Amino acid sequence: MKSNLLVRCLKAGFVGLILLLLYAPILLLAVYSFNSVDNIGGWGDLSLVHYQKLFGDPVILSMIGNTVLLAVVAAALSTVLGTAGALGMYYCKKRLKTTMQLMNQIPVVNAEIVTALALTITFVAVGIGKSWFTLIIGHMVICTPFVVLSVIPKLKQMDGSLYEAALDLGASPFKALMKIVLPQIIPGVISGFMLAITLSLDDYIVTVYTRPTGFETISTYVFNATMKGNAHTAKTLSSFWALTTIIFVIIVLFVVISNLAGRRNKEESR
Amino acid sequence: MKLPRFSRKTLGIPYAVFLVFFVIIPMLVIVFYAFTTGVKDPETGAESFSFSFSNFLRFFSDPTKLSTIVYSLVIALVTTVCCLLIAYPVAYILARSRLKKKFVILMLFVLPMWINFVLRVNALREIFNLLSLAPALESLTSANYFKTIFGMVYDFLPFMILPLYTTIMKIDQSLYEASADLGGSALVTFTRVTLPLSMPGIMSGVTMVFLPSMTNYVVSDMLGNAKVTIIGKFIYEYFGNDWHMGSMVALVLLVVVFLSSWLSGGFKADENVRGTNL
Repeated sequence: MKSNLLVRCLKAGFVGLILLLLYAPILLLAVYSFNSVDNIGGWGDLSLVHYQKLFGDPVILSMIGNTVLLAVVAAALSTVLGTAGALGMYYCKKRLKTTMQLMNQIPVVNAEIVTALALTITFVAVGIGKSWFTLIIGHMVICTPFVVLSVIPKLKQMDGSLYEAALDLGASPFKALMKIVLPQIIPGVISGFMLAITLSLDDYIVTVYTRPTGFETISTYVFNATMKGNAHTAKTLSSFWALTTIIFVIIVLFVVISNLAGRRNKEESR
Repeated sequence: MKLPRFSRKTLGIPYAVFLVFFVIIPMLVIVFYAFTTGVKDPETGAESFSFSFSNFLRFFSDPTKLSTIVYSLVIALVTTVCCLLIAYPVAYILARSRLKKKFVILMLFVLPMWINFVLRVNALREIFNLLSLAPALESLTSANYFKTIFGMVYDFLPFMILPLYTTIMKIDQSLYEASADLGGSALVTFTRVTLPLSMPGIMSGVTMVFLPSMTNYVVSDMLGNAKVTIIGKFIYEYFGNDWHMGSMVALVLLVVVFLSSWLSGGFKADENVRGTNL
């Protein structure tokens, strides 16, 4: 019994230690985001100066806006394209289905930089200049396959005869699709959309290669600021502490709320 | 002309077209560029291509390039092994614990993944600045390599934990009991039952970590003081001046990816490697 307890303590200690290491950098920035000093290591007074800097800098605010707008547009388009694609793929003949699945898998397994380079060279070769169009296409290429991968399992779980029943009862194929199939796969569609949002928000490499000139997202802006800091970006470095903290809090809230909502749903359905 | 009747199959057409135009054709363009060299006509600016293997020969006969490739492979290997050594026990402990709230702990491991990746690396950079060891030590190149590998492990760890957790969860509990009943010790059960059955998870975790740690130059640039070059960085460098060489490096990476996914059976086309469908 005693050794059992020891093993359990060791296990908990190991998991706890790894978690601590994972969170230490983020928590350190969170603590310092409320401090008045400009470099980590010093210690000043409690202050919101970094938040003021963050919200007072139009350049930073516009790049945050860009990031969110790009993610929402790219994820929405990917979700529509991917959901329709998954449906089409699921119902077509075996050989075509396998081909589509293989093509879908290419951007998933491929290195992002290869995808980015291939797209960019192709765009230039056919004479399409870098613009919002190329940027959104780039993000769709990395997001859509994951939407498809989220929707396919839901289609597999679905009872196919319901669709047939709807047709027999006189529904048009389109209506049957919207009223019968879509409600059943909607959890997969939603999780595909969320995945697409996070992939797009996180992306650095594809964005850098396909963006129009002067377009900055959080990823590109922070990378440039830390790597080749000029006078303006050097001053903004500490506002990233505030930004990291805000994003962290939003994520924690989101996870807690969705877990609570999920639990309530489960209890209601019982 | 009559429009084809609406059917479920037709819904796939837009995506099929999208895939051909923005996935297949770009890959073919890469192959084309990798095997050609281009000469720009100074007057018209049009490029004339000629078929050649010179990109390969030029790249693989350059000793500095070769040594960088070796370094990059070693970095990726060390990163992958570290991730595996940390992630496997974590996934195993979580998957086999009887805690009711183990899902919450798993979420804690995944949660940092949703913070912007560059911001996360920046947080780590700030920590390293704070800890910045003795200046003499800091100037060593090995410090840059250490920081790069640490950063990659830090960033890619969730990609290793998730597939491992899901595969270990799927292992039938009764197999453990059967092994114990047949006299297998804990160690034997682990090496003969758990480990072989979690191989698919290990393979998909390894591919999820190994490839980015060869190509994602954001981490190596930000943490290695831009002194650590990995294979992905070559493509970035060639992008400015020589697309043929860039495409050649990309093609090599492409072949590596396809070989490794083929070997690990990663082309099970419905596998969601990001594993968020828990």
